Amino acid sequence: MHLLYNDDQRLLADSAREFLAARSPVSRQRALRDEAQAGGFDPQLWQDAVALGWSAIPFPENLGGLDFGCMGLGPIFESIGCNLSASPLLSSVVLSGSLLHLQGNAQQQDRWLSATISGERRLALALDEQPRHNPSKVALQAVANGDGYSLTGDKYFVIDGVGADGYLVAARTGAAAGISLFLVPADAPGLTVKALPLIDSRNHARLQLQQVQVGPDALLGDIGCAMPALNIALDRGRVCLAAEMLGMSEKLFELTLDYLKTRVQFDVAIGTFQSLQHRAAQLYVELALARSAVMAGLAALDDSALSEGERQRLASLAKWKAGQMALKVVNEAVQMHGGIGVTDELDVGLFLKRIRVAQASLGDADFHCERYAALELAHA
Amino acid sequence: MNPIDQFREQTRSWLEANCPPSQRKAIPEGELVWGASDVEFPNADAQLWFERMRDKGWFCPDWPVEYGGAGLRAEYNAVLESELRRLKCRPPQINLGIWMLGPVLLEFGSEEQKKNLLTPMTRGEVRWCQGFSEPNAGSDLASLKTSARDAGDHFVVDGSKIWTSYGDKSDWMYALVRTDAKASKHAGISLIVLDMKSPGVSVAPIDLISGKSAFCQVFFDGVKVPKSQLIGPLHGGWNLAKRLLQHERKAMSKFGEFSLPTHFHLLPLVKQYLPEPVGQSESALVARAVASAMNEHSYNLTVQRMGEEARAGQDVNGLMSIMKLVHTEQERDKFEVLMDVMGYHALGWDKGAFTPQEQAITRGWLNSFALTISGGASEIQLNVIAKRVLGLPDVK
Repeated sequence: MHLLYNDDQRLLADSAREFLAARSPVSRQRALRDEAQAGGFDPQLWQDAVALGWSAIPFPENLGGLDFGCMGLGPIFESIGCNLSASPLLSSVVLSGSLLHLQGNAQQQDRWLSATISGERRLALALDEQPRHNPSKVALQAVANGDGYSLTGDKYFVIDGVGADGYLVAARTGAAAGISLFLVPADAPGLTVKALPLIDSRNHARLQLQQVQVGPDALLGDIGCAMPALNIALDRGRVCLAAEMLGMSEKLFELTLDYLKTRVQFDVAIGTFQSLQHRAAQLYVELALARSAVMAGLAALDDSALSEGERQRLASLAKWKAGQMALKVVNEAVQMHGGIGVTDELDVGLFLKRIRVAQASLGDADFHCERYAALELAHA
Repeated sequence: MNPIDQFREQTRSWLEANCPPSQRKAIPEGELVWGASDVEFPNADAQLWFERMRDKGWFCPDWPVEYGGAGLRAEYNAVLESELRRLKCRPPQINLGIWMLGPVLLEFGSEEQKKNLLTPMTRGEVRWCQGFSEPNAGSDLASLKTSARDAGDHFVVDGSKIWTSYGDKSDWMYALVRTDAKASKHAGISLIVLDMKSPGVSVAPIDLISGKSAFCQVFFDGVKVPKSQLIGPLHGGWNLAKRLLQHERKAMSKFGEFSLPTHFHLLPLVKQYLPEPVGQSESALVARAVASAMNEHSYNLTVQRMGEEARAGQDVNGLMSIMKLVHTEQERDKFEVLMDVMGYHALGWDKGAFTPQEQAITRGWLNSFALTISGGASEIQLNVIAKRVLGLPDVK
């Protein structure tokens, strides 16, 4: 397992950086917020990103992918973080696309995965129901009905849920069985999608399913057997979010260092004060440690020699460390900027809001600390 | 086959044939071999490995042949290092002289000094110690007061050095001394080397809160040091000292790859002392322990990443500057957690009442306080990161 990007991945990083700096800088994200459109991202930007191959990165060539592995997503998500760029890459490609790839049959892949990779359609994962992320607490019921199923229940925090063409809905069948995934088209009768405006001004939705009837072909894989695939797809999403938080934090740190060097109080740059110097140095340390954890998380996603437990442990380490670090960096960034730090005019606030959402999404630091502990301490 | 590949092949087969299998494992603390006039070996394999590497000139593979090195160019030396790493070969000896003073002598020493001092180093015949800190010059090293007075063909050294590791076991010392009391504090310092058996040198080991230690205080009472033992320019010692400390960081990172000092894995100990399932009791303590273990995991990955980046030719000075700080602060944190995890079992002092592991952890906790102070206190490390890496300004 290597903790460096290879030449191909570095090329991807360069092209993503250039593309996003030109097309989707932070100011563009601010404008999207002010326009208050529920889509949360620029559809043309997404189509152009698809044309660059982003949606094809983790999938095999026979399905229309580039077979670049998940590590190739790392530099892209870092750039996304650095520019605060919104796109459905996480929701439609990393989460939903992975689930279709891992769990879908040929027909489902034909109909949905190809269209996801080509950007013609986009999917969203409807998983969480509680205030905090927890896949094991799925309760939405799927009742066998004729040769299909009837789904009833609510979903919260569906990433890019507004305007998606279809949803992968996690459900339980019967009382004790495991989790199943159903592919529900957006126009299914009984499905209501409501925008859930969050602090990061991106696209989140709340879904209500009232006896939504789906056929047997809507079920991904076998009944009650979605957890292993869900774990893999979620881990991919978690590490990508960790890379995004790393990108955001590095940008914030750069902005904050500049400010420490240029802001003058008491006739000197405030960066001469040892209390601030030491705090800045601590942030640098945290960034370095988090980068190592994120690189290991990315590498683990592609490393077939690792056990499932080891992959999960490294994914949780990445999300934990990046989340914890990002909160430290952004909270310090606000404080060190002083009064201007709490104004909407400064971009730091936009980063603060996005980091809070990314940190809660797919499990916050506490969730992943507990998951890591369970993996380490469970087997005596 | 190109010459480098050829060298790799030869090196690999030589190491396979000559490095005893017992020398291809992490070194327990007690089995370190220190090059010295009275070198001691823990076993016959260690001696064999020492002698074979010595005779090959591979104690100092990249030093010139005329001083006892093997004269390897950088790219060949890198091959040798990677092959040693591949086979997990232990360093055949630990030698501060080779790692720290040697490179400075190669750069600044006179021809005579190189011949006289480097050659015994390359044969592992001299144990060196470092005389930098003083009772009143710790973090502010440049305020050192030990004086070397000009007395014609020799200096007369008076004063004291402290925190000298293994001062009582060393043959020679390299030391910073004040040769000009009137100059500004950085400008009046010189680097000298001296024989620890010189009349007027006395050494007292220091007991720490953790018990016996390798640290010593060294006293100089009118010690005569020939002027031929001045290294580099008179009053020009501070620049050499900075160079030495750079080599120290490099050496420590190299050393860290091979040795595993007394090492306690936190989570297995949590399982041992807090056997109830996660979440059922002591959950606040378990959460602290797991966070500490996760931070350690992140640090270990950072060591790996730094190694990969260095081998890929990237600039790792920034990463290097955080390693000492992070490692020692995390060790402190880990021992603090362990003290709570083990409860009363972590509080034993005399042998007998508790297990050897428990005893070792108690001592390890006490010893961990020294880690964040010695070799540049954490606050100094933060200063270095802030100023040299982040470029934050100095007060005018």
